Amino acid sequence: MGEKFAEKDVARLDEVLAGLGSQKGTLIPILQKAQEIFGYLPREVLIRVSEKIKVPLSQIYGVVTFYAQFHLKPRGKNIVRSCQGTACHVRGAKGVLAELRKQLGLEDGESTTKDLAFTLETVACIGCCGLAPVLMINDDTHGRLVPDAIKGILDRYR
Amino acid sequence: MEKLARAHVLCCGGTGCSSSGSREIISALREKLAARGMSDEVKVVETGCHGLCELGPLVIVYPEGVFYTRVQVSDADEIVETHLVKGRVIERLLFKEPTTLASVPDYDDIAFYKKQQRYALINCGHIDPESMEEYIGAEGYEGLAKALSMTPEDVIAEIKKSGLRGRGGGGFPTGNKWQFTRNAVGDKKYVICNADEGDPGAFMDRSVLEGDPHRVLEGMTICGYAVGSDEGYIYCRAEYPLAIKRLQRAIKQATDAGLLGENILGSGFGFNIHIKEGAGAFVCGEETALLASIEGRRGMPRPRPPFPANSGLWGKPTNINNVETFANIPSIMRDGGDYFASWGTETSKGTKVFALTGKINNTGLAEVPMGITMREIIYDIGGGIPDGKKFKAVQIGGPSGGCLPEQLLDLAIDYESLTKAGAMMGSGGLVVMDETTCMVDVARYFLNFTQDESCGKCTPCREGTKRMLEILNRICDGKGVEDDIPLLESLAQSIKEGSLCALGQTAPNPVLSTLSFFRHEYEAHIRDHKCPAGVCTAFVGYTINDNCRGCGLCKKACPVAAISGAVKSKHAIDPEKCVKCGACQAKCPFKAIDKG
Repeated sequence: MGEKFAEKDVARLDEVLAGLGSQKGTLIPILQKAQEIFGYLPREVLIRVSEKIKVPLSQIYGVVTFYAQFHLKPRGKNIVRSCQGTACHVRGAKGVLAELRKQLGLEDGESTTKDLAFTLETVACIGCCGLAPVLMINDDTHGRLVPDAIKGILDRYR
Repeated sequence: MEKLARAHVLCCGGTGCSSSGSREIISALREKLAARGMSDEVKVVETGCHGLCELGPLVIVYPEGVFYTRVQVSDADEIVETHLVKGRVIERLLFKEPTTLASVPDYDDIAFYKKQQRYALINCGHIDPESMEEYIGAEGYEGLAKALSMTPEDVIAEIKKSGLRGRGGGGFPTGNKWQFTRNAVGDKKYVICNADEGDPGAFMDRSVLEGDPHRVLEGMTICGYAVGSDEGYIYCRAEYPLAIKRLQRAIKQATDAGLLGENILGSGFGFNIHIKEGAGAFVCGEETALLASIEGRRGMPRPRPPFPANSGLWGKPTNINNVETFANIPSIMRDGGDYFASWGTETSKGTKVFALTGKINNTGLAEVPMGITMREIIYDIGGGIPDGKKFKAVQIGGPSGGCLPEQLLDLAIDYESLTKAGAMMGSGGLVVMDETTCMVDVARYFLNFTQDESCGKCTPCREGTKRMLEILNRICDGKGVEDDIPLLESLAQSIKEGSLCALGQTAPNPVLSTLSFFRHEYEAHIRDHKCPAGVCTAFVGYTINDNCRGCGLCKKACPVAAISGAVKSKHAIDPEKCVKCGACQAKCPFKAIDKG
């Protein structure tokens, strides 16, 4: 895997492959674990998975690109998911999203900050409609948002 | 033995309340009680969701059953000193009815709960979801014990007698489904719990998984016994980390206690449950797509038959039910099918959980008997529309459903009546819309969602939803043409007929139902270049009037720096930059910003 990746991360990947690789239907859990280790799914990692569990790379690529959870590009340390669900939509999620982009300094089409501190995504519904509009940062949910509150929330993760 | 407490303080630890700070409140209460030397007398319990998420964090003090809402950490001291030491109810924290503004101290008297019939949600908010003992104390695992003393055929007969139908949206009779899987020939069978709750605006499954995880495990185990399966999977959305954590804990507790694993309760029957985390694809809520995903493939639906009951996971007979369906099973086994069937209508028995969201006072979860009217749900339980606005429509069944206008509010709700009205039960998400909601925008919102989530296998769904979305975008942008409405209708028909799975077959529903009840709104966009609700940004703009004192608050609130002006002089909005979010108008203390 070259010098691109830390040895201990590669060792962790091999451990996952040794544990799950022989069981059937474990491609998605393996990719989930691999993404946990590397933060995203680099080509080299996919090749290693393919070789170890004997699943063609093309098939793995098909799975990776099908699910919203998998990413082929590096992602930020903190994942911000702005909910665009129905309840959030009718309670002003658009303004919250605009403020997030402003505070993170993201240009159009960008989703990850240059310093790799944050990745901004939208999600269809996180099931906290009572608190709309909401966002999630990593596993924390923040609700009843107004654009004003965004800076303070982001600062806690900087 | 643990000392019996004289009072219990129940704090909601659901996702809603914990993101409003309930964890901190629990620690603060425990600290204050310890400082007072009352830790043995008063027990603080973290529970699952009470359903009234709008007013969280929620705290209930028993034995009185006093219900406090919007509690803050700073209130912990007063709850201990005033309520728990002096025995006085804290008036300012009491729930107030949105309609009468009267304080209601007693949990059971609150209109939101009074009209509900909590059956699947009975424990949510009342037990500690991380304690199996509390679940057992609330008659948990009695249904399983009873089932194991019966023959599998009798268990299925009891479920059939209850009239329970699939709560995930399809409405297929659960007993029949179990029968098919039982009858299927196979050396290995699987039970799958579909916890891939993806409909925007539905969160009942999340609430059950987080608030009462053992109930789902018990329901699945009973199903395993009935259909002859020894292995189950819960396919849960990765967006529900708390649900996954609580399920894992519950599985471990049940396994340690011999309620899962080999030879359960000495019956010779064994059952194990695994969790599979979804990877973010709405279509995986469709059962054949879900199976593909568990098998590690792209989650694309396949034609049925064969149905999963005959050829499911790894080609083996598989029974798939939704979370809420499984949550009903333990109590049906315990109480008997007749009790469950005593509620509801001729064709739809029992209760259904609805998620109330949108422009409604009491946002949250409500479990009601089938056959209740929409008016009762929205006005009696939901407390009506906020800010004195006028009701326009309620969207039911998420992106696959449709909307019901004012004139259909007195419809008795069941699977058949909703389908007949052009909507569907779906998972039970209710999004209430008032006069300030644009129905074309709502239709566009849902189509945007289904278009994005279409797996791409069938051309009518993949291409057709895209074309429909383009037309709706055009209408909302003020560029609609007269032929757009018939074109939408014809595309809708082709997509419904030509798609393989329910995602495509139902994707046009929001458009068709808004067209049938709110056609005039489409026409207003196309012919008069007006958005009657003032939502579609192409037709609205914000301007600053002479009330402006140049305080600069709007300038600070604007997320796109579209407002300029010197301090103490009138500001102006650059219409080119403005994204029409309305943040400036919300912030202005002088009513100086007009929308028009």
